[in-house]
Amino acid sequence: MQTKKYENIGETLITETLPNGLTINLLPKSGFTKSYAMFATNYGGADRRFKLAGQWIDTPAGIAHFLEHKMFDMPNGNALSILSANGASPNAFTSSGMTAYYFECTSKFEENLKTLLEFVSTAYFTAESVQKEQGIIGQEIRMVEDDPGYVVYNNLMRCLYKHNPVRDSVAGTVESIAQISDKTLYDCHKVFYNPSNMTLSVVGSIDPEFVIKTAKELLPSEGGEVPERDYGEKESDTPHTAEVRASMEVSAPQFLFGSVIKPADKGTPRLRQMLIGETALRLLIGRSSGFYTKLYADGLLNNSFEYEIDYTAGTAMLLAGGESRDVSAVMDALCAEVEAVCKNGVDLNLFENAKKGIYGAQLRSLGSFSSTAISLTDGAFSGFCPLDAFEIIGSITADEVLSFIKAQLSRERLALSVIDPVSK
Amino acid sequence: MNISTDMIMQDVVLTCLQTDKFKTSCLSINLLTALNRESASKNALTPKVLHRGTFSLPDMAAISQKLDSLYGARLFPMLRKKGEIQVVGFCSDFADDAFLPESGGNLEKIAALMGEMLLRPAAKAGVLLEDYVESEKEKLLEKLRGRINDKRAYALQRLLEQMFSMEDYGTDILGSEQAIENISAKELTEHYHHLLESSPIEIFYCGSAAPERVAEILKNALKELPRSVDEELDLGTDIRMNTLEAQPRYFEDELQVTQGKLCMGFRLGECMEEPDTAAIKVFNGVFGGCVTSKLFMNVREKLSLCYYAGSSVDLHKGVMIVSSGIEFDKYDDARSEIMAQLEAVKKGDFTDGELEAAKRSIAGDYRSVCDSPAALEDFYLNQALIGPDCSPEELAGLVERVTREQVIDIAKDVELDAVYFLRGAKEKN
Repeated sequence: MQTKKYENIGETLITETLPNGLTINLLPKSGFTKSYAMFATNYGGADRRFKLAGQWIDTPAGIAHFLEHKMFDMPNGNALSILSANGASPNAFTSSGMTAYYFECTSKFEENLKTLLEFVSTAYFTAESVQKEQGIIGQEIRMVEDDPGYVVYNNLMRCLYKHNPVRDSVAGTVESIAQISDKTLYDCHKVFYNPSNMTLSVVGSIDPEFVIKTAKELLPSEGGEVPERDYGEKESDTPHTAEVRASMEVSAPQFLFGSVIKPADKGTPRLRQMLIGETALRLLIGRSSGFYTKLYADGLLNNSFEYEIDYTAGTAMLLAGGESRDVSAVMDALCAEVEAVCKNGVDLNLFENAKKGIYGAQLRSLGSFSSTAISLTDGAFSGFCPLDAFEIIGSITADEVLSFIKAQLSRERLALSVIDPVSK
Repeated sequence: MNISTDMIMQDVVLTCLQTDKFKTSCLSINLLTALNRESASKNALTPKVLHRGTFSLPDMAAISQKLDSLYGARLFPMLRKKGEIQVVGFCSDFADDAFLPESGGNLEKIAALMGEMLLRPAAKAGVLLEDYVESEKEKLLEKLRGRINDKRAYALQRLLEQMFSMEDYGTDILGSEQAIENISAKELTEHYHHLLESSPIEIFYCGSAAPERVAEILKNALKELPRSVDEELDLGTDIRMNTLEAQPRYFEDELQVTQGKLCMGFRLGECMEEPDTAAIKVFNGVFGGCVTSKLFMNVREKLSLCYYAGSSVDLHKGVMIVSSGIEFDKYDDARSEIMAQLEAVKKGDFTDGELEAAKRSIAGDYRSVCDSPAALEDFYLNQALIGPDCSPEELAGLVERVTREQVIDIAKDVELDAVYFLRGAKEKN
């Protein structure tokens, strides 16, 4: 058990790696009533082809997400109901790169933690329940097809990537999930839900020793082989397709643009790259930037405009978008802004303010147990501690930020996805 | 956690929660005004225009850079519908000085900025800038038209509009397209002055500063606030106990969607005479408010009739809304199953396990309120408007003591008033 104090932000992080390979991150919070636990596997929608005992195995699109739905089934009932009946608020999500199960509660944390560890490590599927789930997930797939935010994102992924399975929807398609059987689920659970491929993050009013002891007792004492994954052929730096458009029942064009980032090495270099990227985006297109404030005043952007940097499935990307009546004017303004910064360098005053802004944003996210648990989980899979961010931010230089902008935001690197309103 | 309330000026109440457990503090200033079709758009537009520029920080870039320099503080216009009261104002969350590399006096600076935004907006010859007014009108129109982008929320909004067509509660919090288009800078300026003078104000602070200090800071920030007594001011929500017509009313729309959205509106009835928050919440929890509820377990899980189905209650108005996503051809089945589940609760056909699970879930929700400044802010605003006069922790205790009989009593009087269905447009040939 290792304890590290972060005096500057008043936090103490406890970490432990069990003999079975499970990493545990614990952030005790005094004075709080609630506790939050997240048990996650480094296995998501894009992990479809992998090598096990020397052999390459292909699985259908949507399997990780399907598995997430089915994991709640236990021989003695449904874990979601068991946890809820015990006063916890449980849920789960699957992204391209991970599947995470979590709950939040204000009492009976010990029992709830046991339930979480048990149900995620217990595979229990029947042909009948798999068939029923195909109906439920079919509904979910149809529901997101009506969500412009989802469609604009998925279309962009297909522009940015030619081979990497992040280009496919995490939920799969009605056809792909029809190929899933209880056997495929057992196989994938065995391979990816082994402790050496997983991490446990707990935040709140907790007893660290209890958490570690419980994880030791309830989880298998030995880990397993962590399979090598295949995300397809090497992608080029430039998008596979520059632009894609679709129409839906929306009030105004919705857009999302992005570029592929070559992820820095796991560990602190990756955290640093992430923070440089966030500083760059805040400076260039954030709420206080010349770009955003001018386009907002000109009626070309509204406060639905957002941006982020995302690391997943062996790749990373920058994404930004929102709503605009004239998307090409937005893209032209962006390119002009990037050109100007490349030519004149970054304004040092704005750069310092952007760093302060990032520092405050990180501090704010520590107030949310779920954001904190997600960053601890991300960090565990990427080999860094998110709490180091506060130290790193101060050392980021204007040159690093400028290089990021030059590399990531030149026109030829960007792909654009647009949803136009259906013509009446 | 130490709570105190204090009237710092005429009809200006400051609620302070002193605690050092949060890294970010929260400050909000809320003007309370009546929600109705005449003024909703003007109320919605006012804080957005004020947020565009102040006397000393004349545009958005200046304001945002100031906020960045205060370690990424956020300060945003906030608009809430609490029954038939429209709550208009600003909210800020900002880093507590204790966790910053340099000492800052963040609270003083934020309060001063908020005060200036409210009292000294960018203006020309005493009129709010035409440019900002027109630009924010456009944004508001975009937002209103954009309701259709989120089909789930859109369906809910359409139900409310039609179910409450004869009541102020049916007013969209943004008003209407026509009302927005008709607002002039001069008219908005007059409205703004009226709001400022006559609205009761609720201020909320949660953070490490002592209440006396917070009161001084706020009094200073708001010292130019005009106050006048509006004799006709009648703030509150008209609660209708029974349904509008003898039979439920049915509404529907068609859009190009792949999944249908079913929303059903109920009047809570009798229990709203002297609403018992804890018992009503537990009733809703048993019926459709939690993962262990009748709707979730039966309509969704057992019968696979929908992808989501849940209910929520609004204690300000005494209504319950069921919202669900279904296949178009499941409309009749889903509707009758939802009604059957309500019948079951009315008959007391729920287990002690279901009751306990609902109580635990709701008590847990109330206890978690104490862990989030934003949740505390909303909790105490509700309390100022409709009570009950107790802390989240005490309310959690009351929830735990709710009995089966109380739940049945509430359920018995709940009546379906209106049904809305969003279905797919027929394919064009």
